[in-house]
Amino acid sequence: MSITLEHVNYIYGADTSLSVKALNDICLEIPDGQFVGVIGHTGSGKSTLMQHLNGLLKASDGHIYFNGEDIYDKNFDMKKLRSKVGLVFQYPEHQLFEMDVFSDVCFGPKNLGLEKAEVERRAKEALEQVGLPEELYFQSPFELSGGQKRRAAIAGVLAMQPEVLILDEPTAGLDPKGRDEILEQIKKLQTGSGMTILLVSHSMEDVAEYVDRIIVMNKGSVLYDDEPKEVFSHYKELEEIGLAAPQVTYIVNALHEKGLPVSTDATTIAEAARDILQALKEREKC
Amino acid sequence: MAYVLLNKLETCERSCPWVDFRMSEEIIKMGIIKAKDVVYEYVRRDEDGNIEGMTTAVDKVSLDIEQGQFIAILGHNGSGKSTLAKHINAILNPTSGTVWVDGMDTNDEEKVWDIRQTAGMVFQNPDNQIIGQVVEEDVGFGPENMGIPTKEIWERVEESLRAVGMYQYRKHSPNKLSGGQKQRVSIAGVLAMHPKCIVLDEPTAMLDPSGRKEVIRAVRGLNDVEGVTVILITHYMEEIVHANKVFVMDRGKIAMEGTPREIFSRVEELQALRLDVPQVTLLAHELKKNGIDLPDGILTIKELVDALNP
Amino acid sequence: MLRDITLGQYYQAESIIHKLDPRVKLGGTLLFIVSLFFFENYLGYVISALFLALVIKLSKVPFKFMVRGMRSILMLLLITVVFNLFLTPGTPLVSLWKLTITVEGLNLALTMAIRLVLLIIGSSIMTLTTTPNNLTDGMEKMMRPLRVFKVPVHEVAMMMSIALRFIPILLEETDKIMKAQIARGADFESGNLINRAKAMVPLLVPLFISAFRRANDLAMAMEARCYRGGDGRTKMKPLVYRKRDYLAYAVIAVYLIVSITIGRIVWF
Repeated sequence: MSITLEHVNYIYGADTSLSVKALNDICLEIPDGQFVGVIGHTGSGKSTLMQHLNGLLKASDGHIYFNGEDIYDKNFDMKKLRSKVGLVFQYPEHQLFEMDVFSDVCFGPKNLGLEKAEVERRAKEALEQVGLPEELYFQSPFELSGGQKRRAAIAGVLAMQPEVLILDEPTAGLDPKGRDEILEQIKKLQTGSGMTILLVSHSMEDVAEYVDRIIVMNKGSVLYDDEPKEVFSHYKELEEIGLAAPQVTYIVNALHEKGLPVSTDATTIAEAARDILQALKEREKC
Repeated sequence: MAYVLLNKLETCERSCPWVDFRMSEEIIKMGIIKAKDVVYEYVRRDEDGNIEGMTTAVDKVSLDIEQGQFIAILGHNGSGKSTLAKHINAILNPTSGTVWVDGMDTNDEEKVWDIRQTAGMVFQNPDNQIIGQVVEEDVGFGPENMGIPTKEIWERVEESLRAVGMYQYRKHSPNKLSGGQKQRVSIAGVLAMHPKCIVLDEPTAMLDPSGRKEVIRAVRGLNDVEGVTVILITHYMEEIVHANKVFVMDRGKIAMEGTPREIFSRVEELQALRLDVPQVTLLAHELKKNGIDLPDGILTIKELVDALNP
Repeated sequence: MLRDITLGQYYQAESIIHKLDPRVKLGGTLLFIVSLFFFENYLGYVISALFLALVIKLSKVPFKFMVRGMRSILMLLLITVVFNLFLTPGTPLVSLWKLTITVEGLNLALTMAIRLVLLIIGSSIMTLTTTPNNLTDGMEKMMRPLRVFKVPVHEVAMMMSIALRFIPILLEETDKIMKAQIARGADFESGNLINRAKAMVPLLVPLFISAFRRANDLAMAMEARCYRGGDGRTKMKPLVYRKRDYLAYAVIAVYLIVSITIGRIVWF
């Protein structure tokens, strides 16, 4: 069970004179239960790629298989795919529309044609999953704070009970604490219910702590696809395309250059602190 | 100028001793922006328009900012920092207390346009503050409103666009620019009004990292090269490293103030205020907790590397 | 997709027509259109067509862009022709089943078609060679005398130019909202009219909220930049008539005199 992309190309505005190749020969496999960070700057094709995964955009050529089925097959049920691959867009303001949060979250499951009791059960479960306090369920979604709106929007997609959850910049505009809280909550979804998660971001620092794998997009192609520490070891190349590894990568590399025998694998502050302490101890012994 | 005014005041005071002039003297001696006991309250209403209660967004804030400084105001979402910022441009008026911009009381309705000329404002969403359909026309919008002669508008537009490095885009449509470029156009638009002070209300919140860097570079340029007083409101800690002074807001109050180094050495307090510190500062803090001897408030990678390799 | 729609089909080129004052182009287009309704014989239209061809040549805009403008009115054109062709009473020319084509009908259909085509091409030259904001400026200045009658000319022009700036942004936003709701299983395409109207709610509510928010932000940003209406404002790009503009007026006058004189001479 997985998503497989084979030689996916997407040409934007194909029938106009201004056609742009937005995706260029993408081959990927995303197995179940993985937490994947998709990184790239604006215009790198990362959002375009995500919209292919639930069929919002159709590849100009190439194939996408969901659980082994070709999603471009005539008999493939696109509506079912959209419920199985949930996509949360960057701005919650783009999807919240109901009078209260609870009805808004019900919108997705209702569209699946479920019975009222089941719809409400799912909505309640989704709201619990994102950690939105119960007293907010029947408030207007427009009166929520930025972080709460974000949660309500995620719940709106979770209520469809997707197997894969794609989040486009879920932390944009949030303050540092709000950002950490949302990321923690997303991590819980993965560890708790085994959901596959794709997190689109332009910040390595934000995702480094949470993801198993990072896909770096650049100019419509996959530049790197590996575990975080391997990707960050290319920090000089990343800089050339306007991205940067987390600050800790630079710190451990700078220390290493200065002759401190520290491992350069650290991707988080906790790892770096541990490695540096160990290296310092070793240096003292000598 | 100030001296003459003081002299005048003295004569006035002698001729009319019953008027309290202490406040006026204070105005003359103060910096470009001064706030005294500013409170801003607004009424919350329920759906039927009944009053639910009062929210105090800014609570007894006093500040004094000198000409030419780079000031950062930090705070989590909802801490009142943007509300405070809007007072400096007379978009909001304090419920009580006073804000002076270059000596002008923002409550004085006749001074509103002078105040807005003196203290320009750049907002968060780049799309919602560009009026012109061509970059240069947008930059000319402020001077046009001020009634500047055509020839001088062109001069101002050119110099402002050059100052933010957007001159080569002057004929472009704003819709075709990146977020960082749009914000630089917005900054140029304010700069063309020749303000003494620019308030930037979370100008980078909607941008990607490279856009953020672009904008901050432009803002620093304004301060260093043009000598414009900058008040930068943000929740990104990397952006305030170069500030002369940092104010941290929480629940409408100023919770911390000091140089970036002083502020960053108080890691736990910042975290309690829903903020974080640059990774390098946090790492140094971690190492220190584990008994490594390091100075407080490390801000750059170089400082940390040097401190660990004596 | 929605964002591909570009408003105002301006075609960038360096030409004398592009450089003309928008007031000349607005006035000229208006006079040209009026002239089309004065002709009583086909020679008038020939002169109009020649005049248009000259302007197109001068404007350096490829002819296919004019044709593109035609595509949108093709239906209208067909309907006009068919109605006039079959429903005009007069001397029968051909009879097909129950329908009769009359000489008058043929004449009328032809005239209407020619008028429509010339009219569309004429006005698309104006929009193709004038930026929308230039056009707004021109309108503002031309309508200035209306201020005597308390018509808020400046405000209307400002509104138009803001609308022109925000329409592409809102179109893109509509696209995003639609995608966000489709991702939640919304269906904008199938069902009957009532269902489809209902399906628009999840699209329209976020769109309106966003539009109001933008309007609010923009008003604040404009005020912060000292905007206080049209009084006391100077212009960065004031409209000033140059020699070429007077020349253009002269050319238009000559065209009007020649085409209408010839177009109304009976014996052609």
